[in-house]
Amino acid sequence: MPEKAPGFFIEMDPATPPQPFVEFRDVTFGYGARAILDGVSFAVPRGKVTALMGASGGGKTTVLRLIGGQQRAQRGEVHFDGQDVGKFDNQALYAARRRMGMLFQFGALFTDMTVFDNVAFPLREHTQLSEALVRDVVLMKLDAVGLRGARDLMPSEVSGGMARRVALARAIALDPDLVMYDEPFAGLDPISLGTAARLIRQLNDTLGLTSVVVSHDLEETFRIADHVIILANGSIAAQGTPAEVRESTDPLVHQFVNALPDGPVRFHYPGVSIEDDFGNVEGGRS
Amino acid sequence: MTWWKPADVGFSVRSHLANLGYGAKLFMRLVGPGAQIMRRFGLVRDQIHFLGNYSLAIIGVSGLFVGFVLGLQMYYALQRYGSSEALGLLVTLSLVRELGPVVAALLFTGRAGTSLTAEIGLMKADEQLSAMEMMAVDPVQRILAPRFWAGVITMPLLAAVFSAVGIMGGYVVGVLMLGVDPGAFWGQMQGGVDVWRDVGNGVIKSIVFGFTVTFIALLQGYEAQPTPEGVSRATTRTVVTASLAVLGLDFLLTAMMFSI
Repeated sequence: MPEKAPGFFIEMDPATPPQPFVEFRDVTFGYGARAILDGVSFAVPRGKVTALMGASGGGKTTVLRLIGGQQRAQRGEVHFDGQDVGKFDNQALYAARRRMGMLFQFGALFTDMTVFDNVAFPLREHTQLSEALVRDVVLMKLDAVGLRGARDLMPSEVSGGMARRVALARAIALDPDLVMYDEPFAGLDPISLGTAARLIRQLNDTLGLTSVVVSHDLEETFRIADHVIILANGSIAAQGTPAEVRESTDPLVHQFVNALPDGPVRFHYPGVSIEDDFGNVEGGRS
Repeated sequence: MTWWKPADVGFSVRSHLANLGYGAKLFMRLVGPGAQIMRRFGLVRDQIHFLGNYSLAIIGVSGLFVGFVLGLQMYYALQRYGSSEALGLLVTLSLVRELGPVVAALLFTGRAGTSLTAEIGLMKADEQLSAMEMMAVDPVQRILAPRFWAGVITMPLLAAVFSAVGIMGGYVVGVLMLGVDPGAFWGQMQGGVDVWRDVGNGVIKSIVFGFTVTFIALLQGYEAQPTPEGVSRATTRTVVTASLAVLGLDFLLTAMMFSI
């Protein structure tokens, strides 16, 4: 084994896998008596696309907010690149956020600025780059998402799919290490959907990012994800590669993956029984 | 809430105190790093344009009509005692000490206060504030603080414009229409209105109102529920709370100033 050179080089021992980029350890979070996440533990592998899926209201967006430090876990630890997010002071939190990019469901573009200014915003706020350099970086990012020609449009003038692509350009403006996508496929036409999925995968691979995608869309997400986590009832129902999750025998995961109308997640909203509402259903009118 | 159950009363008091505390903390975040406004003065300047310039129309026209009415009413009252030459003095004192700051603040609440609340509330509903937080930019410093300082700077200026236009309105009605001697109009005003005690009091009042109205508008917007009903309720609360606060503070300040 070569001796460790002083200072610069860190010997990577191939036997130990690299630390996961984001890790949840026994995290509990809820509002009042309602627990949204109950003792949840999982790891997001570095450099891969991880999909976070589950029924609506199952806590997927909450997970993203916990990673970004917008909420604090009531119990357990949330680790970002080895550091506990819950213990960050304001300065450390903002330093960590500069390494994250987040894509909100409807883009959340600043409506009083042009597309160009939106993408330039993080650069102008956090760096001292000259306007010429800012222009170059912004146009490169817009080119990566295919919207360099739309630079002077206002957010109200672009379609939903385009707005999300602009938001993606803005999210990668500072070359983050982690990008989080909140429902990137919701409400998109097939062309935009395919483009979005392709962009997520491409950016993850070419820029060496770690991506976390929260989504409902089974087919597209399974196509681009390396690792899938399914959340249900406040805990993990399944974890693994898309193939492993598809073959899971857990009834909840089975219902979810095969889009069955009834199973552990009931079709009928709980309430009065059908006999009490309609009388004796079987023997004709009573 | 049932008033005779101690638990309900306790909860109500605690939640009001918590709201008060939250408001105070936000106020300190806005006022505390006040020196920073010089660094991002471009943002403040833009907001002064939006809040101030666009309010000039309503302030100017209202000032004119208030001046007209003051001229007429004061003349009617003074004429009984043969003191109609004091019209200039009376119109000016009323405007500069009282009506200028207060009415300008109420109009500012209705026009600029509601637009501030709605803008912040809608930005919150659209997740723009959340997106800014996730980009490691503090929305309180980037969005709220420039608007706060712009409101504080604009309010005394608008009150001054209101008073000035009102005096012109009083002149038009008193001298041109009712025949008060112009020399007496301006002369009595010059002799009776003191820069520090009268004009200064008005300026102090309008600065206090600027702090109050702008802060209430920003707080309601920042705390609004991110739904259409939430934003509409927030704008209503801004107008009601800010108007009552202005009138209440006006009484306090006036009482204090009479003893100086």
